[in-house]
Amino acid sequence: MKESEVLLEVKNLKTHFNTINGVVPSVEDVSFYINKGEKVAIVGESGSGKSVTSLSIMRLLSETGKIIDGSIHFCGRNLIELSEKDMRKIRGNEIAMVFQEPLSSLNPVMTVGKQIMESILLHQKTRKQNAKQQVIDLLNKVGIPRPEKVFSSYPHLLSGGMRQRVMIAMALSCQPKLIIADEPTTALDVTIQAQILSILKELSEQEEVAILLITHDLGVVAEVADRVIVMYAGQVVEQAEIFSIFDYPKHPYTKALLNSTPKLDFSQTELLSIEGTVPSPMEIPTGCRFYDRCDFSSEICKQSPELKEITDGHQVRCWLVEEAIDNRI
Amino acid sequence: MTYIIKKLFQIIPVLFIISFVVFIFVNVSGDPVVLMLPEDASNEEIKAMQESLGLDKPVIVQYGLFLSNVMKGQFGQSFVYKQEALPIVLERLPATFELMIAAIIISILISIPLGVLSAIKRNTFIDLFISGTSVLGKAMPNFWLGLMLMLVFSVYLQILPVSSRGSLLHLVLPAITTGTAMAAELTRMLRSQMLDVLHQDYMRTARSKGLSHFSVVYKHGLRNSLLPVITLIALNISTLVGGALVTEVVFAWPGIGQLVISAVHARDMAVVQACIFVIAIFVIGANFLADILYRVVDPRIKYR
Repeated sequence: MKESEVLLEVKNLKTHFNTINGVVPSVEDVSFYINKGEKVAIVGESGSGKSVTSLSIMRLLSETGKIIDGSIHFCGRNLIELSEKDMRKIRGNEIAMVFQEPLSSLNPVMTVGKQIMESILLHQKTRKQNAKQQVIDLLNKVGIPRPEKVFSSYPHLLSGGMRQRVMIAMALSCQPKLIIADEPTTALDVTIQAQILSILKELSEQEEVAILLITHDLGVVAEVADRVIVMYAGQVVEQAEIFSIFDYPKHPYTKALLNSTPKLDFSQTELLSIEGTVPSPMEIPTGCRFYDRCDFSSEICKQSPELKEITDGHQVRCWLVEEAIDNRI
Repeated sequence: MTYIIKKLFQIIPVLFIISFVVFIFVNVSGDPVVLMLPEDASNEEIKAMQESLGLDKPVIVQYGLFLSNVMKGQFGQSFVYKQEALPIVLERLPATFELMIAAIIISILISIPLGVLSAIKRNTFIDLFISGTSVLGKAMPNFWLGLMLMLVFSVYLQILPVSSRGSLLHLVLPAITTGTAMAAELTRMLRSQMLDVLHQDYMRTARSKGLSHFSVVYKHGLRNSLLPVITLIALNISTLVGGALVTEVVFAWPGIGQLVISAVHARDMAVVQACIFVIAIFVIGANFLADILYRVVDPRIKYR
């Protein structure tokens, strides 16, 4: 990892939510980096803290959420220390977001064109006529037919796939350096999913935009990502290049996740699942957070494991992996 | 367009029902002939008068006559003004119209910033203050509010005229008096709508574009919370007319409200009927306008 290439570096991020039931630690000690133009996926079940991590980067947490520790360096600047005004210059301009549910994420009473144009007019000094042309070009680029017509349409008139294309066009509008896509295809059916992912992938390569993809779908990860971060109960449990994760998963949770993906070769008689659920952030076990659901847990797992690099670029948070390495030496 | 025509046709049965109700009420309230003739009139004179007015005929025939007259715009002679009732009412209409529009504008001007502020600052002292004040504003009888405003601004401070119609300054106090209750209601409605809208996904999208808090709330949030506000304004038109009746008397405002009250006192039934009819059409018109405004505010609404 060359220092100059790093676009985003999250270090020891801790995000907590203050609720009526007390403090909920959603994200604990999360660290990762994204290089320029790289496509990184964060994978995890619901409640693993992946969306909170992405919202922390954008500083768009709800009122109850608070980043209490850590740093988020983007192009050399610590986003946590920026004023709200400076942060606004980054949002939509240098880091853009694509959200999960495109219908509810688009303003229902504003035309699609206006909504995309809004960020162009906000961040670039350009005239309305130019901005309109830019929007039409963008709509073209994301594969929307008859962009002039779609420009003046309202979101409810478009199909789900079209809406998500609009969201991507919106995210690309100011040539950002990073796009955070939070479950961009979850609400879409499979064929549209594939289209949206290929658009996202192609455009990011064309425009050299880095992508942080948040998803629970390993199929999506395989399609898009260069590198994968696996999160569990607010922590990063494994982090590696895409091929290492799929071919040599180390953490029992990653293995279980991969096992519970349906395969197409008929060798599988039953779809495996991981027993139990992600522990509620209110009652996180001390020690390894996967302890209760792990098939390999032992006495040592009652102490918290550290995230350790086992081979170049492959990090795992598991005692068993550490032991295996120790034994080998 | 077809929707508008359809809607206009729907007004006809409504007017029919109104005409029936007006007719019944006036009939039940007593024999107008007794009122119109001097107290010492003979039975023959009364009978002759009844015949000339068609009051000796069966009720259903009377209603038919009444309807055909109404369609011609004839509500009969006012015995106070000694002329046709409808022109008297229409002459007063602009004053009431002016008062209502001013009241609506004032209540919107007050309620939008307060409702939004209250929602943004939810559960703070500011929210509590605004909510409390709006309960007070709704609960206050408007004749009392009118008198108090008059006392403070016209009598003690002497910056605004006491009563009657004239310059724009004359309009201020009556409009505030009429609009306060509605402003209070709108503020509360807007607050709850805004609270709902603030948590919508598209608000987060707007923030993720880098828009300021103000733009997010007013450009993306407000329009999405306006629909029920428009409904409330349309529903309130009839309440406003009721309020205007009182306000017009308090401020000697020469509108329909004042006219209807004096006509009721004098039992000038032709004028009362004409007034009620005009007010009814006014309210129907306002609701019709609201129906069309829905579409302007929310493109998802389709008319069938």
